[in-house]
Amino acid sequence: MQSYRLPKIPTVDQVQVEARAASFTKRSIKKETKRAALEMAIQMMDLTTLEGMDSEGKVQMMCKKAVQPMIGRPCPSVAAVCVYPTLVGVAKRALEGSQVKVAAVATAFPSGQSFLPIRLEEIRQTVAEGADEIDMVISRGAFLSGEYARIFDEVAASKEACGEAHLKVILETGELGAYDQVRKASQIAMDAGADFIKTSTGKVSEAATLPVTLVMLEAVRDFYMQTGKKIGVKPAGGIRKAKQSWHYLVMVKETLGDDWLTPDLFRLGASSLLNDVLMQLERLETGHYQSNLYFSED
Amino acid sequence: MTQTQKKKSNDSSAKKHTKESASPKSPSNGDASQEAQSKGPAMFSASQKQASAPTDQRLVSGGRNENGRLGVHKTYKMWVGGKFIRSEQGRVLSLRNAEGDLVTHYVRASRKDLRDAVGAARSAQAGWSARSAFNRSQILFRAAEMIEARRETLIARLQEHARMTVEQAALEVDGAADRMFWYAGWTDKYVQVLSSVNPVATPFFNFTIPEPTGVVAIFAPENSPLLGLVSMIAPVILSGNTCVVVVENIAPTLAVELSEILATSDFPGGVVNLLTGLRDELQPHAVHHMDINAIASCGGNEAQRRSIQEAACESVKRVHFFEQPNSLEAWAAEDQQSLYWIVPFIEWKTAWHPIGV
Repeated sequence: MQSYRLPKIPTVDQVQVEARAASFTKRSIKKETKRAALEMAIQMMDLTTLEGMDSEGKVQMMCKKAVQPMIGRPCPSVAAVCVYPTLVGVAKRALEGSQVKVAAVATAFPSGQSFLPIRLEEIRQTVAEGADEIDMVISRGAFLSGEYARIFDEVAASKEACGEAHLKVILETGELGAYDQVRKASQIAMDAGADFIKTSTGKVSEAATLPVTLVMLEAVRDFYMQTGKKIGVKPAGGIRKAKQSWHYLVMVKETLGDDWLTPDLFRLGASSLLNDVLMQLERLETGHYQSNLYFSED
Repeated sequence: MTQTQKKKSNDSSAKKHTKESASPKSPSNGDASQEAQSKGPAMFSASQKQASAPTDQRLVSGGRNENGRLGVHKTYKMWVGGKFIRSEQGRVLSLRNAEGDLVTHYVRASRKDLRDAVGAARSAQAGWSARSAFNRSQILFRAAEMIEARRETLIARLQEHARMTVEQAALEVDGAADRMFWYAGWTDKYVQVLSSVNPVATPFFNFTIPEPTGVVAIFAPENSPLLGLVSMIAPVILSGNTCVVVVENIAPTLAVELSEILATSDFPGGVVNLLTGLRDELQPHAVHHMDINAIASCGGNEAQRRSIQEAACESVKRVHFFEQPNSLEAWAAEDQQSLYWIVPFIEWKTAWHPIGV
């Protein structure tokens, strides 16, 4: 079998991509538009808890909040919850009867530094537990050493291990170092059959940024032009404020169009973002600035 | 004579605050409704000369000095989250002297600046209250030192901006340093003085200790730009509260000078946030802000006080009104500093510890 070769891909203009990303933060979004943006952000959110101290109780509470983020007002559910593999069963039971999906990080998250058979087995077991979506990490060490074929093979094998479950490939852009590398990694992941490409694990200090996500969105756009396949994008990590969430939504709309403004093709990975969005919604309702003290921690 | 001019010449207040917008469309010398917002007693005015409408936009300070050197004119910014910032909206107000000449511009805070300041105060609160009382005390002492070190500058500013005589200005500055020093001393002592061991008829060791309330909004006094400000801020922050101070008074620029002093006194960013602007504009947003736990108000009119009381119910804020002394000597007097100025901004925690079991 012939090994994978990275196709020719355009280089990224760093100055332009940063300037264009910054332009998405300049939109004036008020009142009804803001409300719509906030509700859309909730519908596209992967409510996440990925801590060593996560317990069954914590995941159950988070799942309740995922289904009904706010009490007393109509409010959409989030798209999915994102947990560690051992807690997939708990989440699945807690979400029974709702539309909220269960995503799980697998493949020796967050480093990915384990043996491939073990990582694939982790995916299979997690899917067997009931995960609808698998968030895998690529081997950044191999990627940075230029072993692109190895990355391709690992992602392809992971996709196979997923079976019916959707595969999100975490590029961990904070460790890739340059936009060109992000573009390359996106291309490899998409070629290998990823359903989604995701920026970060949230465990590295430089997580999702607008320019990095823009590079990935453009890679998705070009991939769609060439193959007709629609790949999803998930920025994750560091998105804490409601304002940031609509910056991303504006960017998606103006890069990929309305087709991608659906939870099937765009997600926001976040934990504290949800409360900020809820506080903004409450502020729109009451006209008063809100406090985190009056919103549940998940 | 136009309506506006009539109103101005009838206004006995020596102080002139007119709104000025960054927008070139807005009139720069104010109309009747804007003038109505100006207030402030003329008690410290050295000059009894009646204020007249400004005739030009000449800057009193800045410009060329006697050596022909072009002076560096100071930009008065606000202090939020440990950073010196302009308003998010870019608006300014002007400070004028008794002759109506422009002394300087200063920032007019917007409601979003207030929101940002509350955010900064909230993030700083846990860390500030977790510091040891001794450490907070050292920082307040340091602030007193820095007031002392900048004495000459502050006196000059008070003369120039608040129209005080040199004696009045010295009283104000020395009073501010002394007051900061006095509260610095209380920082690691108020807990043991206010705490109690309570007699209970059950086998419990029962004790009560004070803890900080959280984020406090302070509406600064109108007539004492430095001493009054220190008198309000020090008792609030010493216990571990953080504060957002809204300053509308005879010389808001002194609040900016104070913020430079606090910034060099090891205060973590966000413990004190100073906003200059219009109280009427900012107060409604502050009193309704769910993340503000208490309000300390000095001065203000009847409507402002009532609005604080009404709106504070919603989020069950602590509200405390401080009587505004009507003279500088009264501000400097010892009865304007008290252990009981700390008390309105603390929460009592009572613990029941089982004994004899």
